[in-house]
Amino acid sequence: MKPPAFDYLRAESVSDVLEGLAQQGGDARVLAGGQSLMAMLNMRLAKPKLLIDIMRLKELRKIERQKDAVVIGAGVRQADLLAWPDLAEALPLVALALPWVGHVQTRSRGTICGSLAHADPSAEMPLTLVALGGEVLLRSAKRRRRVAAKDFFAGMMLTARSDDELIEGISLPVTRGSRFAFREVARRHGDFAIVACAAMKIPTGVRLAVGGVADVPTARDWPRLEGTALDDALNAFAYELGARDDVHATARYRRDLVRMIGRDLIGEVLQ
Amino acid sequence: MSRLKADQRHAVRFSLNGKPVEGEAEPRMLLSDFLRHQLGATGTHVGCEHGVCGACTIVVDGMLTRSCLTLAAQVDGCELKTVEGLAPSADRLGVLQQAFRRNHALQCGFCTAGILMSLDHYLAKNSAPTEAEIRDLLSGHICRCTGYTPIIQAALEAAAQLASSKKETSDA
Repeated sequence: MKPPAFDYLRAESVSDVLEGLAQQGGDARVLAGGQSLMAMLNMRLAKPKLLIDIMRLKELRKIERQKDAVVIGAGVRQADLLAWPDLAEALPLVALALPWVGHVQTRSRGTICGSLAHADPSAEMPLTLVALGGEVLLRSAKRRRRVAAKDFFAGMMLTARSDDELIEGISLPVTRGSRFAFREVARRHGDFAIVACAAMKIPTGVRLAVGGVADVPTARDWPRLEGTALDDALNAFAYELGARDDVHATARYRRDLVRMIGRDLIGEVLQ
Repeated sequence: MSRLKADQRHAVRFSLNGKPVEGEAEPRMLLSDFLRHQLGATGTHVGCEHGVCGACTIVVDGMLTRSCLTLAAQVDGCELKTVEGLAPSADRLGVLQQAFRRNHALQCGFCTAGILMSLDHYLAKNSAPTEAEIRDLLSGHICRCTGYTPIIQAALEAAAQLASSKKETSDA
Protein backbone atom coordinates (compact mmCIF):
# COMPACT_ATOMS: atom_id res chain seq x y z
CA MET A 1 0.00 0.00 0.00
CA LYS A 2 1.77 3.08 -1.25
CA PRO A 3 0.22 6.46 -2.05
CA PRO A 4 -0.24 7.48 -5.69
CA ALA A 5 2.10 10.16 -7.08
CA PHE A 6 1.37 13.78 -6.20
CA ASP A 7 3.13 17.13 -6.00
CA TYR A 8 3.80 18.35 -2.47
CA LEU A 9 3.55 22.00 -1.52
CA ARG A 10 4.73 23.21 1.86
CA ALA A 11 2.63 26.33 2.39
CA GLU A 12 4.36 29.27 3.99
CA SER A 13 1.25 31.45 4.16
CA VAL A 14 -2.51 31.01 4.01
CA SER A 15 -2.48 32.67 0.59
CA ASP A 16 -0.17 29.88 -0.65
CA VAL A 17 -2.89 27.41 0.38
CA LEU A 18 -5.72 29.38 -1.19
CA GLU A 19 -3.75 29.89 -4.40
CA GLY A 20 -2.97 26.17 -4.64
CA LEU A 21 -6.61 25.26 -4.05
CA ALA A 22 -7.80 27.84 -6.60
CA GLN A 23 -5.43 26.52 -9.25
CA GLN A 24 -5.80 22.80 -8.69
CA GLY A 25 -9.42 22.66 -7.49
CA GLY A 26 -10.69 19.18 -6.73
CA ASP A 27 -7.31 17.64 -7.54
CA ALA A 28 -5.75 19.28 -4.49
CA ARG A 29 -6.03 18.12 -0.88
CA VAL A 30 -5.03 19.93 2.25
CA LEU A 31 -2.67 17.89 4.42
CA ALA A 32 -2.83 18.69 8.13
CA GLY A 33 -2.14 15.94 10.68
CA GLY A 34 -2.62 13.29 7.98
CA GLN A 35 -4.30 10.77 10.29
CA SER A 36 -7.24 10.26 7.91
CA LEU A 37 -5.92 11.56 4.60
CA MET A 38 -2.68 9.53 4.61
CA ALA A 39 -4.62 6.31 5.21
CA MET A 40 -6.94 7.24 2.32
CA LEU A 41 -3.88 7.85 0.13
CA ASN A 42 -2.19 4.62 1.16
CA MET A 43 -5.35 2.71 0.26
CA ARG A 44 -5.70 4.84 -2.89
CA LEU A 45 -9.20 5.87 -1.98
CA ALA A 46 -7.98 9.41 -2.68
CA LYS A 47 -5.78 10.29 -5.66
CA PRO A 48 -5.01 13.99 -5.53
CA LYS A 49 -2.47 15.60 -7.87
CA LEU A 50 -1.35 18.07 -5.21
CA LEU A 51 -1.00 17.92 -1.42
CA ILE A 52 -0.81 21.25 0.40
CA ASP A 53 0.85 20.87 3.80
CA ILE A 54 -0.48 23.53 6.20
CA MET A 55 1.25 22.44 9.39
CA ARG A 56 4.03 25.01 9.26
CA LEU A 57 1.53 27.88 9.37
CA LYS A 58 1.61 29.31 12.89
CA GLU A 59 -1.46 31.47 12.26
CA LEU A 60 -3.61 28.33 11.90
CA ARG A 61 -2.43 26.82 15.18
CA LYS A 62 -4.38 29.08 17.51
CA ILE A 63 -7.07 28.30 20.06
CA GLU A 64 -8.82 31.62 20.58
CA ARG A 65 -11.22 32.40 23.39
CA GLN A 66 -13.84 34.90 22.27
CA LYS A 67 -16.80 36.26 24.25
CA ASP A 68 -19.24 33.40 23.67
CA ALA A 69 -17.22 31.08 21.50
CA VAL A 70 -13.91 29.29 21.08
CA VAL A 71 -12.28 29.42 17.66
CA ILE A 72 -10.01 26.48 16.85
CA GLY A 73 -7.63 26.87 13.91
CA ALA A 74 -7.03 24.30 11.18
CA GLY A 75 -3.58 23.45 12.50
CA VAL A 76 -4.65 22.69 16.09
CA ARG A 77 -3.90 19.08 16.86
CA GLN A 78 -6.28 16.97 18.93
CA ALA A 79 -3.58 16.61 21.60
CA ASP A 80 -3.13 20.42 21.67
CA LEU A 81 -6.81 20.94 22.40
CA LEU A 82 -6.84 18.18 25.05
CA ALA A 83 -3.94 19.94 26.75
CA TRP A 84 -5.61 23.39 26.59
CA PRO A 85 -6.08 24.44 30.24
CA ASP A 86 -9.53 26.04 29.63
CA LEU A 87 -11.01 23.02 27.83
CA ALA A 88 -13.09 21.49 30.65
CA GLU A 89 -14.51 24.86 31.66
CA ALA A 90 -15.16 26.36 28.19
CA LEU A 91 -15.99 23.24 26.17
CA PRO A 92 -17.01 20.46 28.57
CA LEU A 93 -18.56 18.32 25.81
CA VAL A 94 -15.32 18.42 23.80
CA ALA A 95 -13.42 17.44 26.95
CA LEU A 96 -15.68 14.38 27.26
CA ALA A 97 -15.59 13.37 23.58
CA LEU A 98 -12.00 14.06 22.57
CA PRO A 99 -10.37 11.18 24.49
CA TRP A 100 -12.51 8.85 22.32
CA VAL A 101 -10.88 10.10 19.11
CA GLY A 102 -8.34 7.51 17.96
CA HIS A 103 -5.43 6.80 20.27
CA VAL A 104 -2.70 8.78 22.03
CA GLN A 105 -0.47 7.99 19.04
CA THR A 106 -2.90 9.47 16.49
CA ARG A 107 -4.24 12.38 18.57
CA SER A 108 -0.66 13.62 18.82
CA ARG A 109 -0.71 14.40 15.07
CA GLY A 110 -4.36 14.50 14.00
CA THR A 111 -6.16 17.83 13.90
CA ILE A 112 -9.68 18.80 14.96
CA CYS A 113 -10.49 20.36 11.59
CA GLY A 114 -8.97 17.43 9.69
CA SER A 115 -11.41 15.11 11.38
CA LEU A 116 -14.28 17.42 10.32
CA ALA A 117 -13.00 17.62 6.73
CA HIS A 118 -12.85 13.81 6.58
CA ALA A 119 -16.48 13.65 7.82
CA ASP A 120 -16.60 10.01 8.83
CA PRO A 121 -20.17 9.37 10.03
CA SER A 122 -18.95 7.63 13.19
CA ALA A 123 -16.28 10.18 14.14
CA GLU A 124 -16.56 12.05 17.44
CA MET A 125 -15.57 15.58 16.39
CA PRO A 126 -18.28 15.95 13.70
CA LEU A 127 -20.79 14.68 16.27
CA THR A 128 -19.58 17.22 18.83
CA LEU A 129 -19.74 20.08 16.31
CA VAL A 130 -23.34 19.18 15.45
CA ALA A 131 -24.35 18.70 19.09
CA LEU A 132 -22.96 22.11 20.08
CA GLY A 133 -24.33 23.85 16.98
CA GLY A 134 -20.89 25.13 16.00
CA GLU A 135 -19.81 26.69 12.74
CA VAL A 136 -17.16 25.87 10.16
CA LEU A 137 -15.08 28.81 8.92
CA LEU A 138 -14.33 28.41 5.22
CA ARG A 139 -12.05 30.59 3.16
CA SER A 140 -11.16 30.68 -0.52
CA ALA A 141 -9.13 33.20 -2.53
CA LYS A 142 -12.39 35.00 -3.29
CA ARG A 143 -14.44 34.91 -0.10
CA ARG A 144 -14.94 33.83 3.47
CA ARG A 145 -18.07 32.15 4.79
CA ARG A 146 -19.38 30.45 7.91
CA VAL A 147 -21.41 27.27 7.59
CA ALA A 148 -23.55 25.91 10.43
CA ALA A 149 -22.65 22.37 11.53
CA LYS A 150 -25.97 20.89 10.42
CA ASP A 151 -25.45 22.24 6.89
CA PHE A 152 -21.76 21.32 6.72
CA PHE A 153 -22.08 17.54 6.70
CA ALA A 154 -23.69 16.60 3.40
CA GLY A 155 -23.39 12.81 3.48
CA MET A 156 -20.98 10.01 4.26
CA MET A 157 -17.53 11.64 3.97
CA LEU A 158 -19.09 14.55 2.09
CA THR A 159 -19.14 18.16 3.23
CA ALA A 160 -20.33 21.55 2.01
CA ARG A 161 -16.73 22.65 1.46
CA SER A 162 -16.09 23.71 -2.15
CA ASP A 163 -12.97 22.48 -3.91
CA ASP A 164 -11.27 25.87 -3.62
CA GLU A 165 -11.98 26.32 0.10
CA LEU A 166 -9.78 25.79 3.12
CA ILE A 167 -11.35 24.96 6.47
CA GLU A 168 -9.64 27.79 8.29
CA GLY A 169 -11.08 26.84 11.64
CA ILE A 170 -14.25 26.17 13.59
CA SER A 171 -16.19 28.17 16.10
CA LEU A 172 -17.76 26.37 19.05
CA PRO A 173 -20.24 28.18 21.29
CA VAL A 174 -19.48 28.39 24.99
CA THR A 175 -22.70 27.39 26.74
CA ARG A 176 -22.81 28.35 30.39
CA GLY A 177 -24.87 26.57 32.98
CA SER A 178 -25.64 23.59 30.78
CA ARG A 179 -24.95 19.94 31.46
CA PHE A 180 -23.33 17.54 28.99
CA ALA A 181 -22.85 13.80 28.63
CA PHE A 182 -21.08 11.64 26.07
CA ARG A 183 -20.91 7.90 25.55
CA GLU A 184 -19.73 5.59 22.82
CA VAL A 185 -19.82 1.89 22.03
CA ALA A 186 -17.01 0.44 19.90
CA ARG A 187 -15.21 -2.90 19.75
CA ARG A 188 -12.16 -1.36 21.42
CA HIS A 189 -11.56 2.10 22.81
CA GLY A 190 -10.27 4.18 19.89
CA ASP A 191 -11.96 2.13 17.18
CA PHE A 192 -14.67 3.65 15.03
CA ALA A 193 -17.88 4.06 17.01
CA ILE A 194 -20.72 1.64 16.40
CA VAL A 195 -22.89 4.28 18.08
CA ALA A 196 -21.74 7.48 19.75
CA CYS A 197 -24.13 9.84 21.57
CA ALA A 198 -23.84 13.30 23.04
CA ALA A 199 -26.54 14.90 25.19
CA MET A 200 -26.91 18.42 26.52
CA LYS A 201 -29.41 20.39 28.51
CA ILE A 202 -30.83 23.29 26.48
CA PRO A 203 -33.22 26.06 27.61
CA THR A 204 -36.22 24.34 25.98
CA GLY A 205 -35.40 20.86 27.23
CA VAL A 206 -32.78 18.45 25.98
CA ARG A 207 -30.73 17.72 22.86
CA LEU A 208 -29.44 14.32 21.80
CA ALA A 209 -26.93 13.97 18.96
CA VAL A 210 -26.10 10.57 17.47
CA GLY A 211 -23.13 9.48 15.35
CA GLY A 212 -22.33 6.16 13.67
CA VAL A 213 -25.91 5.41 12.58
CA ALA A 214 -27.05 7.82 9.84
CA ASP A 215 -24.75 9.10 7.06
CA VAL A 216 -24.20 12.30 9.04
CA PRO A 217 -24.21 13.05 12.76
CA THR A 218 -27.76 14.04 13.64
CA ALA A 219 -29.15 16.09 16.53
CA ARG A 220 -32.70 16.22 17.87
CA ASP A 221 -34.22 18.58 20.42
CA TRP A 222 -37.07 17.64 22.75
CA PRO A 223 -38.88 19.40 25.54
CA ARG A 224 -38.38 17.80 28.93
CA LEU A 225 -39.80 14.30 28.35
CA GLU A 226 -40.16 11.50 30.85
CA GLY A 227 -41.30 7.89 31.08
CA THR A 228 -42.98 6.36 28.04
CA ALA A 229 -43.09 9.70 26.18
CA LEU A 230 -39.27 9.70 26.24
CA ASP A 231 -39.13 6.03 25.22
CA ASP A 232 -41.45 6.71 22.27
CA ALA A 233 -39.46 9.76 21.17
CA LEU A 234 -36.17 7.85 21.33
CA ASN A 235 -37.66 4.89 19.48
CA ALA A 236 -38.96 7.11 16.68
CA PHE A 237 -35.58 8.89 16.47
CA ALA A 238 -33.71 5.56 16.37
CA TYR A 239 -35.80 4.45 13.38
CA GLU A 240 -35.55 7.80 11.59
CA LEU A 241 -31.74 7.55 11.59
CA GLY A 242 -32.06 4.70 9.07
CA ALA A 243 -29.57 2.28 10.65
CA ARG A 244 -28.09 -0.37 8.35
CA ASP A 245 -26.52 -3.76 8.98
CA ASP A 246 -22.79 -3.93 8.45
CA VAL A 247 -19.82 -6.05 9.49
CA HIS A 248 -19.61 -4.27 12.86
CA ALA A 249 -23.23 -4.42 14.03
CA THR A 250 -26.81 -5.01 12.93
CA ALA A 251 -29.27 -2.18 12.39
CA ARG A 252 -31.33 -3.53 15.28
CA TYR A 253 -28.37 -3.41 17.66
CA ARG A 254 -27.65 0.17 16.63
CA ARG A 255 -31.26 1.21 17.29
CA ASP A 256 -31.08 -0.52 20.64
CA LEU A 257 -27.93 1.43 21.53
CA VAL A 258 -29.55 4.72 20.52
CA ARG A 259 -32.54 3.98 22.78
CA MET A 260 -30.48 2.79 25.74
CA ILE A 261 -27.60 5.27 25.64
CA GLY A 262 -30.00 8.09 24.72
CA ARG A 263 -32.13 7.38 27.76
CA ASP A 264 -29.14 7.14 30.08
CA LEU A 265 -27.52 10.34 28.86
CA ILE A 266 -30.76 12.34 28.91
CA GLY A 267 -31.29 11.15 32.48
CA GLU A 268 -27.76 12.27 33.32
CA VAL A 269 -28.07 15.79 31.93
CA LEU A 270 -31.59 16.44 33.25
CA GLN A 271 -31.11 15.09 36.78
CA MET B 1 6.72 28.22 -0.79
CA SER B 2 8.28 25.16 -2.34
CA ARG B 3 6.41 22.81 -4.62
CA LEU B 4 8.03 19.39 -4.92
CA LYS B 5 7.26 17.68 -8.23
CA ALA B 6 5.66 14.26 -8.09
CA ASP B 7 8.06 12.53 -10.48
CA GLN B 8 11.29 13.87 -9.03
CA ARG B 9 13.33 12.97 -5.97
CA HIS B 10 14.01 15.71 -3.51
CA ALA B 11 16.53 16.04 -0.73
CA VAL B 12 15.20 15.28 2.76
CA ARG B 13 17.32 16.08 5.81
CA PHE B 14 16.54 15.56 9.47
CA SER B 15 18.08 14.47 12.72
CA LEU B 16 17.75 10.76 13.50
CA ASN B 17 18.51 9.81 17.10
CA GLY B 18 20.69 12.88 17.42
CA LYS B 19 22.66 12.42 14.18
CA PRO B 20 22.05 14.40 10.99
CA VAL B 21 20.93 12.20 8.08
CA GLU B 22 19.86 12.87 4.53
CA GLY B 23 18.47 11.10 1.53
CA GLU B 24 16.26 11.59 -1.48
CA ALA B 25 12.55 10.94 -1.75
CA GLU B 26 9.67 11.45 -4.11
CA PRO B 27 6.87 13.44 -2.44
CA ARG B 28 4.79 10.28 -2.05
CA MET B 29 7.44 8.32 -0.16
CA LEU B 30 6.27 7.34 3.32
CA LEU B 31 8.54 8.11 6.23
CA SER B 32 8.48 4.43 7.24
CA ASP B 33 9.88 3.46 3.82
CA PHE B 34 12.39 6.31 3.86
CA LEU B 35 13.76 5.16 7.22
CA ARG B 36 14.02 1.54 6.17
CA HIS B 37 14.97 1.72 2.49
CA GLN B 38 16.88 4.97 2.16
CA LEU B 39 18.56 5.09 5.54
CA GLY B 40 18.69 1.38 6.37
CA ALA B 41 17.13 2.02 9.78
CA THR B 42 15.13 -1.19 9.79
CA GLY B 43 14.34 -1.17 13.51
CA THR B 44 11.06 0.58 12.69
CA HIS B 45 8.65 -2.07 11.44
CA VAL B 46 5.80 -1.69 8.97
CA GLY B 47 2.57 -3.56 9.62
CA CYS B 48 -0.78 -2.36 8.33
CA GLU B 49 0.30 0.85 6.55
CA HIS B 50 -2.87 2.66 7.48
CA GLY B 51 -2.21 3.73 11.03
CA VAL B 52 -4.04 1.00 12.90
CA CYS B 53 -1.43 -1.50 14.11
CA GLY B 54 1.12 0.87 15.62
CA ALA B 55 4.23 -1.13 14.61
CA CYS B 56 5.78 1.88 12.81
CA THR B 57 5.33 4.36 15.69
CA ILE B 58 8.26 6.72 16.21
CA VAL B 59 8.74 10.15 17.82
CA VAL B 60 8.91 13.27 15.62
CA ASP B 61 9.64 16.59 17.35
CA GLY B 62 8.42 15.13 20.63
CA MET B 63 5.15 13.81 19.15
CA LEU B 64 4.28 10.14 18.86
CA THR B 65 3.90 9.58 15.13
CA ARG B 66 2.78 6.78 12.85
CA SER B 67 5.62 6.82 10.32
CA CYS B 68 3.34 5.09 7.78
CA LEU B 69 0.93 8.06 7.96
CA THR B 70 3.71 10.58 7.47
CA LEU B 71 5.57 11.57 4.32
CA ALA B 72 9.34 11.79 4.36
CA ALA B 73 8.96 15.30 2.91
CA GLN B 74 6.91 16.39 5.93
CA VAL B 75 9.72 15.79 8.45
CA ASP B 76 12.40 17.77 6.63
CA GLY B 77 14.26 19.66 9.35
CA CYS B 78 12.61 17.75 12.23
CA GLU B 79 14.09 15.70 15.07
CA LEU B 80 13.26 12.01 14.93
CA LYS B 81 13.72 9.29 17.49
CA THR B 82 13.38 5.63 16.58
CA VAL B 83 13.92 2.35 18.41
CA GLU B 84 17.60 2.45 17.42
CA GLY B 85 17.95 5.40 19.79
CA LEU B 86 16.74 3.61 22.93
CA ALA B 87 19.79 1.58 23.95
CA PRO B 88 22.54 3.55 25.72
CA SER B 89 25.18 1.71 23.66
CA ALA B 90 25.37 -1.08 21.08
CA ASP B 91 25.97 -3.78 23.70
CA ARG B 92 23.58 -2.55 26.41
CA LEU B 93 19.81 -2.40 26.64
CA GLY B 94 17.90 0.49 28.15
CA VAL B 95 15.80 0.09 31.32
CA LEU B 96 12.55 -0.40 29.37
CA GLN B 97 14.16 -2.87 26.97
CA GLN B 98 15.57 -4.88 29.88
CA ALA B 99 12.13 -4.97 31.50
CA PHE B 100 10.65 -6.30 28.23
CA ARG B 101 13.27 -9.05 28.19
CA ARG B 102 12.75 -10.05 31.84
CA ASN B 103 8.98 -10.17 31.48
CA HIS B 104 8.81 -11.94 28.10
CA ALA B 105 6.97 -8.89 26.78
CA LEU B 106 7.71 -9.89 23.22
CA GLN B 107 7.62 -13.07 21.23
CA CYS B 108 7.89 -12.51 17.48
CA GLY B 109 8.96 -8.89 18.05
CA PHE B 110 7.14 -7.39 15.12
CA CYS B 111 5.10 -4.91 17.18
CA THR B 112 7.82 -4.31 19.77
CA ALA B 113 9.64 -1.34 18.23
CA GLY B 114 6.45 0.71 18.07
CA ILE B 115 5.34 -0.24 21.58
CA LEU B 116 8.77 0.61 23.00
CA MET B 117 8.61 4.06 21.40
CA SER B 118 5.13 4.75 22.81
CA LEU B 119 6.13 3.60 26.29
CA ASP B 120 9.48 5.40 26.26
CA HIS B 121 7.71 8.63 25.27
CA TYR B 122 4.97 8.15 27.87
CA LEU B 123 7.23 7.16 30.78
CA ALA B 124 9.44 10.19 30.20
CA LYS B 125 6.42 12.39 30.98
CA ASN B 126 4.53 10.20 33.44
CA SER B 127 6.80 8.68 36.06
CA ALA B 128 4.06 6.87 38.01
CA PRO B 129 1.57 5.50 35.47
CA THR B 130 -1.37 3.33 36.50
CA GLU B 131 -2.18 0.04 34.80
CA ALA B 132 -5.27 1.67 33.26
CA GLU B 133 -3.14 4.43 31.71
CA ILE B 134 -0.71 1.90 30.25
CA ARG B 135 -3.64 -0.09 28.83
CA ASP B 136 -5.10 3.05 27.27
CA LEU B 137 -1.72 3.84 25.70
CA LEU B 138 -1.38 0.28 24.38
CA SER B 139 -4.80 0.49 22.71
CA GLY B 140 -2.90 2.23 19.92
CA HIS B 141 -0.87 -0.93 19.26
CA ILE B 142 -1.70 -4.44 18.18
CA CYS B 143 0.27 -7.42 19.50
CA ARG B 144 -0.81 -10.88 18.40
CA CYS B 145 1.64 -12.88 20.53
CA THR B 146 1.68 -11.78 24.13
CA GLY B 147 -1.89 -10.98 25.12
CA TYR B 148 -0.49 -7.67 26.43
CA THR B 149 -0.22 -8.77 30.09
CA PRO B 150 3.58 -9.16 30.10
CA ILE B 151 3.92 -5.84 28.22
CA ILE B 152 1.96 -4.07 30.94
CA GLN B 153 4.07 -5.75 33.64
CA ALA B 154 7.26 -4.69 31.88
CA ALA B 155 6.03 -1.12 31.53
CA LEU B 156 5.08 -0.82 35.20
CA GLU B 157 8.35 -2.40 36.30
CA ALA B 158 10.38 -0.06 34.09
CA ALA B 159 8.41 2.93 35.38
CA ALA B 160 9.17 1.97 38.99
CA GLN B 161 12.83 1.44 38.21
CA LEU B 162 13.14 4.73 36.34
CA ALA B 163 11.39 6.59 39.16
CA SER B 164 13.69 5.14 41.82
CA SER B 165 16.84 5.84 39.82
CA LYS B 166 15.67 9.43 39.30
CA LYS B 167 15.11 9.78 43.03
CA GLU B 168 18.63 8.55 43.80
CA THR B 169 20.14 11.05 41.38
CA SER B 170 18.14 13.95 42.74
CA ASP B 171 18.94 13.06 46.36
CA ALA B 172 22.65 12.83 45.62
